[in-house]
Amino acid sequence: MVGIVIVSHSQRLAEGVVEIAKMMAPEARIAAAGGLEDGTAGTSFDRILAACEAVDAGDGVAVLMDMGSAVMTTEMVVEALEDHAVRMLDAPLVEGAVLAAVEAQAGTSLDGIEAKIHEARDVKKLA
Amino acid sequence: MIDNKKFVAIVQATAKRIEDEKDFLTELDNAIGDGDHGINLARGFAAVEKKLPELAEKDLGAILKGIGMALVSNVGGASGPLYGTAYMKAGAALKGKTEMTPEDFAAAFDAAIGGVQMRGKAHEGEKTMLDAQMPACKAYKEALAAGKDMKAAVHEAVEAARKGVEYTKTILATKGRASYLGERSIGHQDPGATSSLMILEEFEKAL
Repeated sequence: MVGIVIVSHSQRLAEGVVEIAKMMAPEARIAAAGGLEDGTAGTSFDRILAACEAVDAGDGVAVLMDMGSAVMTTEMVVEALEDHAVRMLDAPLVEGAVLAAVEAQAGTSLDGIEAKIHEARDVKKLA
Repeated sequence: MIDNKKFVAIVQATAKRIEDEKDFLTELDNAIGDGDHGINLARGFAAVEKKLPELAEKDLGAILKGIGMALVSNVGGASGPLYGTAYMKAGAALKGKTEMTPEDFAAAFDAAIGGVQMRGKAHEGEKTMLDAQMPACKAYKEALAAGKDMKAAVHEAVEAARKGVEYTKTILATKGRASYLGERSIGHQDPGATSSLMILEEFEKAL
């Protein structure tokens, strides 16, 4: 099963997004990597790296990020984990996390999840 | 010529300067960003300082790489991956060298800026650290080409960076958190450009 990591400046936001995703996909391998070690806001290279390693069961990892340094720090983790299939997905954080978790739980590959996420990018909340 | 011992002393001075200026940098970032630049960078450079004893005997490439990795792991904001990549790319440019010539510094500076551009997907004129770094690097290379020595060339670089920081007050932020403020970002100097100026100033002082 593809693993999923939620990266946010806020530990609570990352954990909250995981909570929402788990409502739809309780079996998904999904981890939160939010905030810094001391509990303050920010993005931690070490936390993101550890989360990616923890959820990778050999089928790769999809990472969703909030903004700014979350994206840049994740990029550096992807470079550091070159022997793991870790991929950043460009999507609204909550919707992307739910979609990725549901697909991952259903056994969709990392390529498949990425394609689904791209398809879903134009979905409107207020149709 | 700068050897590894001298370079380590420069980094120590840089760490102290960032620690001393952390409230000022954070104040600048409070105005147009998320108010963490000073605190974050001071935490990063404190980690760098702690790591310096084990790096001190290595070549300049390894020292710079070690600094970059410490920044990436400890800063926690955008300046972590940006400065981290800059130092690591500079390290790759000086791999295996125990002394830095004026030309080596130009190559390392170029590589560092290339790293910032790659990581931040940014260009000059977007109210970022590049607005201090790019004019500084250009001025440095022009001064060398005009026959100036390293100290004089670095002085030109610092002057250009200072002008760059002033320039960031006049322009709109289109990258990073400050871009959310739109026109309200005008009138404020960029915190990243300011910290880049400080790093260069410490370099100049050591020459």
